[in-house]
Amino acid sequence: MSPHAFADTMTMARRDFKHTARYPMLLVSTVVAPGFLLVMFVAIFGGAMKAALVGTGTAHYVDYITPAILIQTVAFSAQSTAITVNVDMTEGVIARFRTMAIARTSVLTGTVVGSIARTVIAIALLFAVAVGLGYRTHGTVLGWLAALALIGLLTLGFMWLSVGFGLNAKTVAGASSSVVALEFLPFISGAFVPTGSMPTAVRWVSENQPFNPIIDSVRGLLGGSPVGHQGWVALAWCAGFAVLGYVWARRLYDREPVR
Amino acid sequence: MSRPAIAVKGLRKSFPGAQKGDPPKVVLDGFDLTVEPGTVHALLGPNGAGKTTAVHILTTYLRPDAGQVAVAGHDVLAEPDRVRAAIGVTGQFSAVDWLLTGRENLKLMADLNHLGKAEGRRIADSLLERFDLVDAADKVSSTYSGGMKRRLDLAMTLVAKPAVVFLDEPTTGLDPRSRRTTWEFVRELVAGGTTILLTTQYLDEADELADRVSVLDDGRIVADGTGAELKRRVPGGRIEVEFADRAELDAAARALNVSAPSSLTLRLPHDGGVRSLRAVLDALDDAGVDAAGLTVKASDLDDVFFALTGHAAEPTDERTDDSTDERTDERIEKEALR
Repeated sequence: MSPHAFADTMTMARRDFKHTARYPMLLVSTVVAPGFLLVMFVAIFGGAMKAALVGTGTAHYVDYITPAILIQTVAFSAQSTAITVNVDMTEGVIARFRTMAIARTSVLTGTVVGSIARTVIAIALLFAVAVGLGYRTHGTVLGWLAALALIGLLTLGFMWLSVGFGLNAKTVAGASSSVVALEFLPFISGAFVPTGSMPTAVRWVSENQPFNPIIDSVRGLLGGSPVGHQGWVALAWCAGFAVLGYVWARRLYDREPVR
Repeated sequence: MSRPAIAVKGLRKSFPGAQKGDPPKVVLDGFDLTVEPGTVHALLGPNGAGKTTAVHILTTYLRPDAGQVAVAGHDVLAEPDRVRAAIGVTGQFSAVDWLLTGRENLKLMADLNHLGKAEGRRIADSLLERFDLVDAADKVSSTYSGGMKRRLDLAMTLVAKPAVVFLDEPTTGLDPRSRRTTWEFVRELVAGGTTILLTTQYLDEADELADRVSVLDDGRIVADGTGAELKRRVPGGRIEVEFADRAELDAAARALNVSAPSSLTLRLPHDGGVRSLRAVLDALDDAGVDAAGLTVKASDLDDVFFALTGHAAEPTDERTDDSTDERTDERIEKEALR
């Protein structure tokens, strides 16, 4: 470990933050899009969904869907990360970093730190929109802390995974589309509608894919309803993403460079 | 004598073949090099000779397959960070962060070299001044002209005051004025005690800047010496005479006692003197042959290559300077790693 690992990571994180600020398209798709999505879903499905929510312990659709959009916000942010990492790797400045006496992976860890900061802003914005739409929490302080910790771990995992996607893809388009699975998998889950009404096969996938326990747990923790063993499953998934993403990204970066 | 700034012995590097089953492409094949501190050493060679790969290995960007490589007294494999702390690299393609301004780029370098806020600001200001970038300092660097990008790139390399600077084709693609400016910077650096390894395809550039020149051909050093020493081994130049048709060409070739080439241009060795030029004209006159055009050419890289290696620098006569042709080295590496 380089003695300057922390300082270099922070320098690279500042660089990443400036990039986000000067790349308006990414800022919009990451920070603003989830808010739009929430408004749209609540406005379009809110009324119709009332009946479907009977028995879920959630009376208002906005309370049901906010945790889902929250998790999607993390996935949207991950897409920006994959794109910026991929663009970065095609630029000459990475070649310069590789020949400088800096903490070797600080360019990656810096990007992850910058991405997490960006995600935090996006989530805060989303909560503001949700509250404006009538979102109310019944969770305890402990429940909130647990939910934020889970979201934090998921963010860390998704950011490292998307660094891997960014390093692995040959083109920016490839990097961008490899994250799409993370963005769309929530749709095949109990994120937007309870799984009870789904055909058996779809329902099986929905209940066993990683997003389902994560979203259910966050919803339970914020809504003040019991979470049960789902919480541990969610935690395991998030930790798994983080470890897998980190190991994979490091491996890709340590390969001999292409240029 | 002091310890060399760069010491390379038996360096080998090959890349996997472009397709599965292709034999590996040998790029450096027993490359030796010694550069004394405080001198400029030029690595002269055509596209694909291995210049960029050599720089990549010396700067710890790529790993050698075999051989000993020491820069600033440190082995590139054993102590890469010691090497990195002592060097600066300006490559053929700009290593600038396009989304940051010129000033931010320089500060980024200062931060990564842990120079401290005040010192970083001071160095950024002085480099902006020195490289004539004050007016553009707070503009995003993607808006810079080609010459400005190169100047910023070089300025970024110098933030840490490296002891050994690598310049990979620093003037390729630059207009003559920017080229002169770059040469000035190189001279200033050397005057300040920096060691410089520069790669170039231009004999005049090597001759102008370098204390010693190594000629690289197909992954090996084929000649090594001062510019003057190398030039002594090279003929003065050549005369090219063009003809309107084959009959004229054949007649001229007979009169000059040389074999006729397949093209309509006759190439004759030339010592650079007026007397030998007149002898050619007289011979043509006597034979009653009229030439469509005549050019006297000073010796260039082709001649150096021909004299030193016995083959031309490029497979064809059309030596172009456009950038697509200058990527051969890079392309081999890229294809190899696909």
